[in-house]
Amino acid sequence: MKHKLFAKTFLLVGCLLASLAAHAQLAIEITGAGANRIPVAIARFDGENALPAAVSDVVRGDLQRSGLFSLIETGPQALGADSIPDLGNFRVRGADAMLVGSVTALDAKRYEVRFRLFDTQRQAELGALALRMSASQHRATGHRVADFVYEKLTGLPGVFSTRIAYVVKSGKRYQLQIADADGENPQTALASREPIISPAWSPDGSKLAYVSFEAKKPVVYIHSLATGLRSVVANFKGSNSAPAWSPDGERLAVVLTKDGQSQLYTVNADGSGVRRIASSSGIDTEPAWSSDGSWIYFTSDRGGSPQLYRVAPDGSNLQRISFSGSYNVTPRPSPDNRSLTFVTRNGGRFQVAVMDLASRQVTILTDTERDESPSFAPNGRMILYATEVGGRGVLAAVSSDGRVKQKLSVQAADVREPAWGPLPR
Amino acid sequence: MRKLLVVPALISALLAGCGSTPMSSDQAGASVEDRNATTTVQTPPVQTVTPGDGGNASRLAELTNPASPLSKRSVYFDFDSFVLRPEFQPLVEVHARFLLANPDVRMLIQGNADERGSREYNLALGQKRSDALRRGLTLLGVPEDQIESVSLGEEKPRCVDSSEECWAENRRADMLYSGEF
Repeated sequence: MKHKLFAKTFLLVGCLLASLAAHAQLAIEITGAGANRIPVAIARFDGENALPAAVSDVVRGDLQRSGLFSLIETGPQALGADSIPDLGNFRVRGADAMLVGSVTALDAKRYEVRFRLFDTQRQAELGALALRMSASQHRATGHRVADFVYEKLTGLPGVFSTRIAYVVKSGKRYQLQIADADGENPQTALASREPIISPAWSPDGSKLAYVSFEAKKPVVYIHSLATGLRSVVANFKGSNSAPAWSPDGERLAVVLTKDGQSQLYTVNADGSGVRRIASSSGIDTEPAWSSDGSWIYFTSDRGGSPQLYRVAPDGSNLQRISFSGSYNVTPRPSPDNRSLTFVTRNGGRFQVAVMDLASRQVTILTDTERDESPSFAPNGRMILYATEVGGRGVLAAVSSDGRVKQKLSVQAADVREPAWGPLPR
Repeated sequence: MRKLLVVPALISALLAGCGSTPMSSDQAGASVEDRNATTTVQTPPVQTVTPGDGGNASRLAELTNPASPLSKRSVYFDFDSFVLRPEFQPLVEVHARFLLANPDVRMLIQGNADERGSREYNLALGQKRSDALRRGLTLLGVPEDQIESVSLGEEKPRCVDSSEECWAENRRADMLYSGEF
């Protein structure tokens, strides 16, 4: 209670330094798993008892939640990075791979974590790495170890060290929060009594663009996460919304109504150089840049119903992408630009779907009914989105093949508008 | 929008000690800066129109007098429709007359949409409603620069149940006058 009161006092002053109270933690529930999970043995790291929590527990949690791995029991005994594990034995117990590691104190504050990954079938080392950290970085270090294991065993970069942004609404209070991809360590970037929507990560992960209604109308801001400094990107007469970063982080696509209806423009990140890139007699909105910079995908009802379109950033080469159904919105290209996730109305249900851009084949991925705001993980393997369970907003994630499903919820609050951040640089 | 400029200034004032710098651009509103990891937006209290300028005060008092048609500020729309229903034409005319008689008074129209579907698409649908109401006023001679039409999309529902009655209540455009936004 004391902590709460303290936070309230800060709020009144107007400068909130305190991070979030623990009750706002995202809790993750897994409701599906991959068909062919890789069995992996993660031994306890030698010396990890000296840390506030075990690094190997973080690694196990990450790999398990991904839905792509099954964990083979290794027993209570720690296996150091220099130990020679009995790989044949772990092979017999079902493990395809085995991780061993050591935590060594370098001085009073610094630790070194060394680890080694083995292929139990070929009885060969797949790789080894040493990371240095302070005791409080045990979770971040565990995520980096898990990223290493994930990449060695799947060929794709792991996303355990990435962050997600989302908006929590509790009562009449809106908070734009940033958390680790596992929901831990939530921090509030912006607190407001007016709605906040459409957060978008800058490609380098240092900033968020978003729409805030604090001026009684939608205005687009850029917010630097390290400093909390904000600047206005678009505050023209009418509504300003739907920011999307160009891959080089220098421009944003935005939707403005200054010249009439909701239309697409690009603008420099400092708010200068506004340029209209498309014009229609209807609504154009929800732009998203492809990672190669060649397309801006968007939603338009120029054909009578909301459908998916794309246009080159210079306004040329406009194409309609979706043709089936009467409501297809929020197109978001995959990091490899081969597919598109979006929300489609299917009967009365709004569901996350994925379209293969070469074949234009559409697959509905979810079994929820009120899906919104899908965004790809930076390795393209998962799609994070918002939905509703029991009348409350929750975040959910689904693998791009639809097999792995996760729910992320915050106790007694609505969570919405998720955006998956980029890989750390 | 003269009044809107006050908002960032107030926020800066409330964030005293956090610092603020103006932004040079053709856009409305200044940038807000503070040097903490968490930025807190303090919504300024609703500004009240200050009496003291004789006739003006009593004219503006009409806006909130429940007996005056000017106190009615909401226009409702049919599902998937952005056309002003004829039953609201008299109300639009009353407000147009008021704006024409009071060229120093400005209006902010906030359009709204029901909660189904994409938030950004619903923001655009709310904009179509506020634009329809703005056109209804400008057709009666109200100058464009006296009115700003914006959208709140599905973000500020007046009614929060998932029912047809509720959704109808939220398919709405509201008229706010100087001092109310």
